[in-house]
Amino acid sequence: MSQTATQMTIAKALNESLRTALENDPKVLMMGEDVGRLGGVFRITDGLQKDFGENRVIDTPLAESGIVGTAIGLALRGYRPVVEIQFDGFVFPAYDQIVTQMAKMHARALGKIKLPVVVRIPYGGGIGAVEHHSESPEALFAHVPGLKVVGPSNPSDAYWMLQQAIECDDPVIFLEPKRRYWDKGLVDVSAVPTALHKAVVARPGTDLTLAAYGPMVKVCLEAAAAAENEGRSLEVVDLRSMSPIDFDTVQESVERTRRLVVVHEAPVFYGSGAEIAARITERCFYHLEAPVLRVGGFHAPYPPARLEEEFLPGLDRVLDAVDRALAF
Amino acid sequence: MSVKSTAAGRTPAKGSGSTARGGAKRRGGQPGLVQLLTPEGERVEHAEYSIDLTPDELRGLYRDMVLTRRFDAEAITLQRQGELGLWASLLGQEAAQIGSGRATRSDDYIFPTYREHGVAWTRDVDPLNLLGMFRGVNNGGWDPNENNFHLYTIVIGAQTLHATGYAMGLAMDGADSAVIAYFGDGASSQGDVAESFTFASVYNAPVVFFCQNNQWAISEPTEKQSRVPIYQRAAGFGFPGVRVDGNDVLAVLAVTRAALEHARSGQGPMLVEAFTYRMGAHTTTDDPTRYRSDEEREEWAAKDPIARLRSYLDKQGLADEGYYAGVEAEADALAKRVRDGVRGMPDPEPMAIFEHAYADGHPLVDEERAQYAAYRDSFADSGDSADNSAADAGKVR
Repeated sequence: MSQTATQMTIAKALNESLRTALENDPKVLMMGEDVGRLGGVFRITDGLQKDFGENRVIDTPLAESGIVGTAIGLALRGYRPVVEIQFDGFVFPAYDQIVTQMAKMHARALGKIKLPVVVRIPYGGGIGAVEHHSESPEALFAHVPGLKVVGPSNPSDAYWMLQQAIECDDPVIFLEPKRRYWDKGLVDVSAVPTALHKAVVARPGTDLTLAAYGPMVKVCLEAAAAAENEGRSLEVVDLRSMSPIDFDTVQESVERTRRLVVVHEAPVFYGSGAEIAARITERCFYHLEAPVLRVGGFHAPYPPARLEEEFLPGLDRVLDAVDRALAF
Repeated sequence: MSVKSTAAGRTPAKGSGSTARGGAKRRGGQPGLVQLLTPEGERVEHAEYSIDLTPDELRGLYRDMVLTRRFDAEAITLQRQGELGLWASLLGQEAAQIGSGRATRSDDYIFPTYREHGVAWTRDVDPLNLLGMFRGVNNGGWDPNENNFHLYTIVIGAQTLHATGYAMGLAMDGADSAVIAYFGDGASSQGDVAESFTFASVYNAPVVFFCQNNQWAISEPTEKQSRVPIYQRAAGFGFPGVRVDGNDVLAVLAVTRAALEHARSGQGPMLVEAFTYRMGAHTTTDDPTRYRSDEEREEWAAKDPIARLRSYLDKQGLADEGYYAGVEAEADALAKRVRDGVRGMPDPEPMAIFEHAYADGHPLVDEERAQYAAYRDSFADSGDSADNSAADAGKVR
């Protein structure tokens, strides 16, 4: 890290990233419920309306379809809207606009128009919230052609990936791991950032690969640290992007470690783990010493807060899967 | 021509009929309906809306409507002949579309549904462009910015939000132009339409919401969409609404011009309800005889927008047989061009499936494109070439 690296939380890194984007491009604007005077319920847009005005940081009516639908219209006019959905479970009123309009308009126009819209969604559990405030809908978006889906796991990625998403000419679903908003890390604002859709090896290891993204990367790093005490060397791959997925990096890791466990918060059934398991099995069939295992949520509604620690994969459930994979 | 900027224009027009339960019956001429040309072709005046057109302009509107109707009829025929998979006819709505379309300036931006063939005509969109989706060779295909005419939108009401966002952008840019969002009486029930009204009103966006109330959303009558006349809904959102005789091209032109001027002059959105009738089926797969009466259709046939204007032109001595014959000849030529154009429209290359999924590319799309290309190439030696596959695909229609 150079001298320009500073410690900041994910929340602050996102705020700085948005500020930089607003400064760099007059066509960038923010939209969402409470993003102006309040600075967002998580304060991610804190201070931006004060500095950039009500036309650049727009407090909207409480209407998610309206937020995304009008953002599409603004993008058609040449703007680059960054919209905030207040919580993951509130994105569904806008799901139609995202899926039937935003994702398909570029193709519908045979490439004649672009839709550079970023939909920021604080997602995932672990903050003791009420219903609809802890969902992990990444597979629902990654399954839709035309969308890109990314999610940082640390402050540096939060800072860089958000600006890269804003610069992207495709619509991007930007998933912010809300229970990590207050985690600190170094951010180097003058570094050369990693490409938006590149997976990275967050911790090298030799015995097994843990693949994760967003809030689960930290759990996997903790699992790898704990496993080290038992003499096991786990590699952690931070996928960073759910659509596209950098399968090359996962494949390279699995060819070294020969075992893969995919970890995410969303229900396992039809989840991103299934996609990763299938692809890696195709690519690494003769390298694998064990079937690809998945650790995630259950096929049940996200539970009330007092049970969410049971629902969310923790250290023990990850290590249990590691034991099973290594037992083959 | 002026629009009331006071609340008076936003409340139900005087004598607009009962709004009590069951009061919103489908009727033809209604009090409160802006009309400048009666079904018999008589010019009448309206206190708020007026229009003064040259003979050339009047004849131009007639020509527009005849050519649009002929294009529509040709498309229906092409569908019956298997050349189009589907068609959504505008028969009966020519005045609503030509009148409103001709009210726009070239720098205004249009967001249509999937039935605005007449509006597209007024924007110089090549009629063949409209047919690609219905033939199944693309899902839109034209450049919206070429004529400021957005792609057809099939999900009901979704485009009203795009229109509102675009209008918000116009306002932020300080541009002196406006947006029109087209939708139907059925779409007025959609949440997106309500949300677009909210956003447009809150941000004072220069957008005209143009509802073609053609009385039927497939089989569901307007009473199943709203217990109050649709134009009155605007009042609840804080902007004016007006109902115009949608089969009267002069009134539609006058009212839409005024609405656009209202929007352009910074007074915010306005709702125009064009009270009209879909004379044909919802689409070529629909059978309106199952849900509406011949009497109703005949009642509306008597209000035909084209016959009405022709009657006026004749009474005023503004057109002779030679003129009408010329328009007919133009219509024949257009029909032939459409027929030949559709039949000659090539199927897209199979690999077009992968084109334009993303603007900045996507490795999975690249991978699948390469895999499928290799798969197709594997047939090259067996004689079952790509050309044969394309021909087989064509048989599906």
